[in-house]
Amino acid sequence: MFIPHTDSDREAMLHTVGVESLDELFQDVPTAQRFPDLDLPPALTEMEVVSELADLAEANESVRDLTCFLGAGAYYHYIPAAVDQILRRSEFYTAYTPYQPEISQGTLQAIFDYQSLITALTGMEVSNASHYDGATAAAEAVSMAFAHFRGKRCKVVISPALNPQYRQVIRTYHDGTEVQIVGDKIDKDLKDGLQPLLEHIDQQTALVIVQYPDFFGRIYDFTALAEAVHKAGALLAVSVNPLSLGLLTPPGEFGADIVTGEGQSLGLPLSYGGPYLGIFATRQEYVRKMAGRLVGETLDNRGQRAYVLTLTAREQHIRREKATSNICSNQGVMALASTVYMSLLGKNGLRQVAELCYQKAHYAAQRLAEIPGFSLWTETPFFNEFVVHCPKPISDLNEELLDYGIIGGYDLSQDYPELQNCMLVAVTEMISREDIDLLAETLTEVCNE
Amino acid sequence: MTVPANLKFTANDEWIKVDGKIGTIGITDYAQEQLSDIVFVEIVVAEGEVVNKGESIATLESVKAAADVYLPASGKVVAINDALPETPEKVNSDPYGEAWMIKVELTNVAELDELLDAAAYEAKIAENH
Repeated sequence: MFIPHTDSDREAMLHTVGVESLDELFQDVPTAQRFPDLDLPPALTEMEVVSELADLAEANESVRDLTCFLGAGAYYHYIPAAVDQILRRSEFYTAYTPYQPEISQGTLQAIFDYQSLITALTGMEVSNASHYDGATAAAEAVSMAFAHFRGKRCKVVISPALNPQYRQVIRTYHDGTEVQIVGDKIDKDLKDGLQPLLEHIDQQTALVIVQYPDFFGRIYDFTALAEAVHKAGALLAVSVNPLSLGLLTPPGEFGADIVTGEGQSLGLPLSYGGPYLGIFATRQEYVRKMAGRLVGETLDNRGQRAYVLTLTAREQHIRREKATSNICSNQGVMALASTVYMSLLGKNGLRQVAELCYQKAHYAAQRLAEIPGFSLWTETPFFNEFVVHCPKPISDLNEELLDYGIIGGYDLSQDYPELQNCMLVAVTEMISREDIDLLAETLTEVCNE
Repeated sequence: MTVPANLKFTANDEWIKVDGKIGTIGITDYAQEQLSDIVFVEIVVAEGEVVNKGESIATLESVKAAADVYLPASGKVVAINDALPETPEKVNSDPYGEAWMIKVELTNVAELDELLDAAAYEAKIAENH
């Protein structure tokens, strides 16, 4: 609730700072800037405002009206109606865990369930209550590895096939620290797989980060990489699309020390880029170096099940400058949405969604590869996204596709100059066989004009 | 609360017991009382490492707070109490005995003169209240 200052509040404050009036307080602001003319149109009635806002909203191009093959980290999936219904319960209406957390047992239980589901999905031992998004979760993995080695190992090896935005955020977080980021300078063929990464790993390496499936949709078996990383005494972080884990081997089973990920695919709408959900899970032995909140289950003084914030001494609000990270909040509403989504689908449902995405994407890859002038960029197995080499620049193709009501794939040349004419195509369960056929036919048509 | 007369102290609540060239280090009874129940001890130096006075040698966590333990006098680490991280509650029950953290071979005994004796440390604690 917002309580405005009363006149006497203001007077008391002015008196305290030693000025007579508000004008005197603001005298350093040039008069012309103090109360500028805002040139606003006349006030509208509520009915007029609703109508105007509706017009503005309708001007947006939405994935509901168009057929979307764009992914690259954010995906259009079906969200069961119950997700939104539960999110709208007023008891959950706060983005944060409360400051007297144990008073809100429902919120803590939801977070505990979220953590339990994430550990089951990733094959890890502990999960925190979440971070902002996939990019910040990946940056926290770097902070954690740095803290784990107490600054004695400063090198972080990043796969060039890690989402380019995540790589940017990692650099932003660690700019000006001793962390040295290597591995994603693209001087090797991007099709070489893991070999170039292995060459960077040494005794100075704190962390190696890979993506699974990678930014190009490819699936690699990271078992040998994990062995090499551990042999050098370093940690392995794997950034996942959690939905793919309905189908793929969880990273915990091939030796990941940290699993991060973008949780948007678990029941969150695209919403033009956020708010999303940062997944962060690790092994028990690293729990004290993990950032963020952590909810535990215990018994109260009557022997009843109760939830508490636990291991809080790890956190920034207690440990302050000694903490791993300055993050001690979480993405509560989004974590709740993903918890409801995962609970509704269950293990079999998640597998079904993942299989649908996989199969439809493979049908799409086959159809696109048949078009004269089009070819698949690599033979490596993929999940729901793949790279197709096209005969024209992707920005031109996408403009033409939009005329047919199709949002084309991601233009990879934006981030990888050597991938000219390469489109990253994403297919989810929302795409029908007819949609894929329409994409193939439209591309055939616009390339034969 | 006890302040043994045979130890030297830092203003930061560490103690050191000097035996020839070997110094044994831990935190004081007063410190454990202030921290309350200790739930986690991590010794952050390794045997053979040369550590300067004032550098962090261990991290403690209680149910309410986190604290670093700093080395009272420079030296080479010759022993680590490996059992302590398994039984962090010893810091509360036996701060001057079983809860020793590391032993160092002192490299600059003159630094010991800058430390507090039991009387001076007791006076310092009294000032906090």
